[in-house]
Amino acid sequence: MDKIRKFVWFPTPYHSILLWLVWQILHDFSRGHMVLGAVFAIIIPWIVAPLSEKEAVAKNPIKALMYTFRLLIDIAVSNYDVAKRVLQSNHTLKPAFIAVPLDIKEPVPLTIFTSSVSLTPGTVSVELSDDRKWLYVHVLHLEDEQQLISLIKARYEVPLKEIFGC
Amino acid sequence: MTVFLEVIVSVLLVFGSIVMLIGSIGLAKLPDYFTRLHAPTKASTLGVACILTASMIFFSIQQGHVSLKEVLISMFLLITAPVAAHMLAKAGLHYKVKMTDSTQNQHLAKKAYLHENPDDK
Repeated sequence: MDKIRKFVWFPTPYHSILLWLVWQILHDFSRGHMVLGAVFAIIIPWIVAPLSEKEAVAKNPIKALMYTFRLLIDIAVSNYDVAKRVLQSNHTLKPAFIAVPLDIKEPVPLTIFTSSVSLTPGTVSVELSDDRKWLYVHVLHLEDEQQLISLIKARYEVPLKEIFGC
Repeated sequence: MTVFLEVIVSVLLVFGSIVMLIGSIGLAKLPDYFTRLHAPTKASTLGVACILTASMIFFSIQQGHVSLKEVLISMFLLITAPVAAHMLAKAGLHYKVKMTDSTQNQHLAKKAYLHENPDDK
């Protein structure tokens, strides 16, 4: 059945701003490109917005910035751990699969959560269960399963829940 | 360009290259598909970040204005790298790639393949 949509000038305002900014950075903030970028930032969301779900907005931008910052630090720190593991003998390695129970259900926070897990060295998110209640993660070196699960949940899932308010 | 900045740029470049080298060594020597997946996805985050920071400092000074394109590169990289890793891991799961015997919780791999809950019988 066809659903008739009401025309909206800016269906996804934050995406428009992001698109415009990226265009400016690519073209070194010249005046002509400011206009061209604005045209794109208005027209592209008209075409794309009906294809995707509603724009997810971070309700707590300061927390979101802090989350990004902490993720970057985590990447650096655990990179060191993985480098150490790589240079040691293969026999000391204890790879494992773990299942992390999930509390968030919305697509965007869930994507950010799984991506964060994949980005921090030592863990790669492998698969979601059908009901989106479990995330399967492969770990390069596992010492204590319960400790790692609660660490992942406390470090990434709890702040994400606060940021998106779900 | 002052000597001080040149030293910073060189140190960042060398450090980034070392991280990438360790990532490549890991890709070659780790025992199975899933563990090998870890090494390169990681090197591409910290290693590339160091090299991009060096490039940003160098070109900002050379051109006389702040060069922001590197920020874009790292942003796109941070968005796409985990997706690629996820798809590779998923593909490995589907082809039932052999794991090293020391892998713990191998029964979970089967559950993951079927998209089931871990406590289902």
